[in-house]
Amino acid sequence: MATVDIAETMEVVYDYPDSLTEADTHYCPGCTHGTIHRLVAEVLDELDVRERTIGIAPVGCSVLAYNYFNTDFAEAAHGRAPAMATGLKRVNPDSVVFTYQGDGDLAAIGTAEIIHAANRGELITTVFVNNAIYGMTGGQMAPTTLPGQVTTSSPTGRDVQAAGHPIRMAELIGGLPGAAYVTRQAVFDVRGIRRTKQALKAAFRAQLEGLGFTMVEVLSTCNTNWGMSPQEALDWAEEHMVDYFPLGDTKVSEDVRALMGA
Amino acid sequence: MAKELLEGNEAFAEAAVRAGLEAYFGYPITPQSEALEHLSKRLPELDRVFLQAESEVAAINMVYGAACAGVRVMTSSSSPGISLMQEGLSYIACSEVPVVLVNVMRGGPGLGNIQPAQGDYFQAVKMAGHGDFHMIVLAPANVQELINHMMLAFDLAEKYRTITMVVADGSIGQIMEPAELPPMRPVRSPEERADWALTGAQNRDPNTITSLYLGAENLEEVNLRLQAKLEKIAENEVRSKEYDTEDADLLLVAFGTVGRICQTVVRDAREQGLNVGLLRPVTLWPFPDQRIAELAEQVEGILVVEMNAGQMVQDVSLAVDGRCPVEFYGRMGGVVPLADEILSEVQKLAGDVKGGQEAD
Repeated sequence: MATVDIAETMEVVYDYPDSLTEADTHYCPGCTHGTIHRLVAEVLDELDVRERTIGIAPVGCSVLAYNYFNTDFAEAAHGRAPAMATGLKRVNPDSVVFTYQGDGDLAAIGTAEIIHAANRGELITTVFVNNAIYGMTGGQMAPTTLPGQVTTSSPTGRDVQAAGHPIRMAELIGGLPGAAYVTRQAVFDVRGIRRTKQALKAAFRAQLEGLGFTMVEVLSTCNTNWGMSPQEALDWAEEHMVDYFPLGDTKVSEDVRALMGA
Repeated sequence: MAKELLEGNEAFAEAAVRAGLEAYFGYPITPQSEALEHLSKRLPELDRVFLQAESEVAAINMVYGAACAGVRVMTSSSSPGISLMQEGLSYIACSEVPVVLVNVMRGGPGLGNIQPAQGDYFQAVKMAGHGDFHMIVLAPANVQELINHMMLAFDLAEKYRTITMVVADGSIGQIMEPAELPPMRPVRSPEERADWALTGAQNRDPNTITSLYLGAENLEEVNLRLQAKLEKIAENEVRSKEYDTEDADLLLVAFGTVGRICQTVVRDAREQGLNVGLLRPVTLWPFPDQRIAELAEQVEGILVVEMNAGQMVQDVSLAVDGRCPVEFYGRMGGVVPLADEILSEVQKLAGDVKGGQEAD
């Protein structure tokens, strides 16, 4: 019987992007970080900027992001990624610089750094992954935890009278003059994943054109700390998170609009 | 270059520019804001980076980011601002990127005041942040030395991939005196940046700069490497200045502004027939403990004078290790001791030492 050389006859239709390493991630099964990492990497590949890119990892579940991206990377202190990115970009203006931050990192301890980086119009891109909980430290209440949501530090559900309200960062940052493009997307289904990729591409393109600060907030899940199966978590997020954190753009400057139209 | 009348804060800022400073990130705080103001004019003129940050927390992390890119970068602040930078300093120390910072110390604790003080000695030499690390700490006593220390600070920071802090105090920062600035050094070209720098992974594997080592043994290995480096610094970089120590029976030990005042005390004491000498530590870390131990064999007593409640005196006592009595005189809260006050303490010590000998 004749043998067939598979490599010669089959086309590769799905592979690692160059901007991702092939390392196994430490993320829980069902976590959406892997999806978002891949989208960022695909965008870096498509814009052909991998060799100019420097990422800044946060403190949180994605603290080890530098093991998964095939680009230069620095690891910041909790919340300080936008300040580090500012220093890096100002002395390396030809680089593409992005921060990858979670909700505790960006919307609690790092609130000052993100607001001022955005307000200065730093030419960086922030990927803000909002899953409404502190994942790495074991499921405590986040600044974005929904009213009534049970966490390990809000055991009877978030009481907004005592703990304050979940903070809408895309709206807050979108209101700043230095921000060129700010949007909120979700990776709960294929359509959302495609839209998130488009948004990431627009953000990195705006950075390359020097149009101002860009941020893509990505609604995400934490099935482990939410105590759900991956599918239940996706369904819960779709049902509850989007109401409080509406999807869509909160800032598109005229220059960005022209760029996206072009 | 000729001597000019220079203010300490402006002088160290300009000295840094001439040492090849490529970027400065800082936040205004008295008594060192003139440095930030000077650089806000000077660096953009030279097409280099100046940015006023939203806080000292942000400033040190901007410095960290720029240091990761392999450029000459610094910040400056004063006591409460340095406290805010301690988080960043610890990350920088573990990541081993070269950084220079200046602390123009003021009175504390808390908001304290804006008078000159030396209350941050422990913070500078013992615990600049969480975890096991030391910074190289240079302590100038006048504007010329402050200028010279800026050049040295960058060289040491880069040689050892470490943090170098220059500790001045409000009086050195704000005094005006004749001093000479160095000639302008060329700024490093992007091609000359270190091979570990984050510049984009072009034709090489990606570089990572991190202070995270999750495995206990990995982190212990990092700590052992850091400690070996600190040991090398301690072997090679101890600096101190001595005045009239050859025949001294009594030794003064003081740094910075008080070290300078003690030069006058030595002169006045000798006019009164007291054989007093002065050792002025120039590096507070590494500390000149060996030289102090040698002198402790020679002298009958040591007086440590500081503008704090007694901090460096602990290191002096450790170095002396019982070889001779160690006394302390200090003023706090921004009070600068006068030469006469110190002299009467010297006289007391001389009397005590003599009395003790007679009693023997």
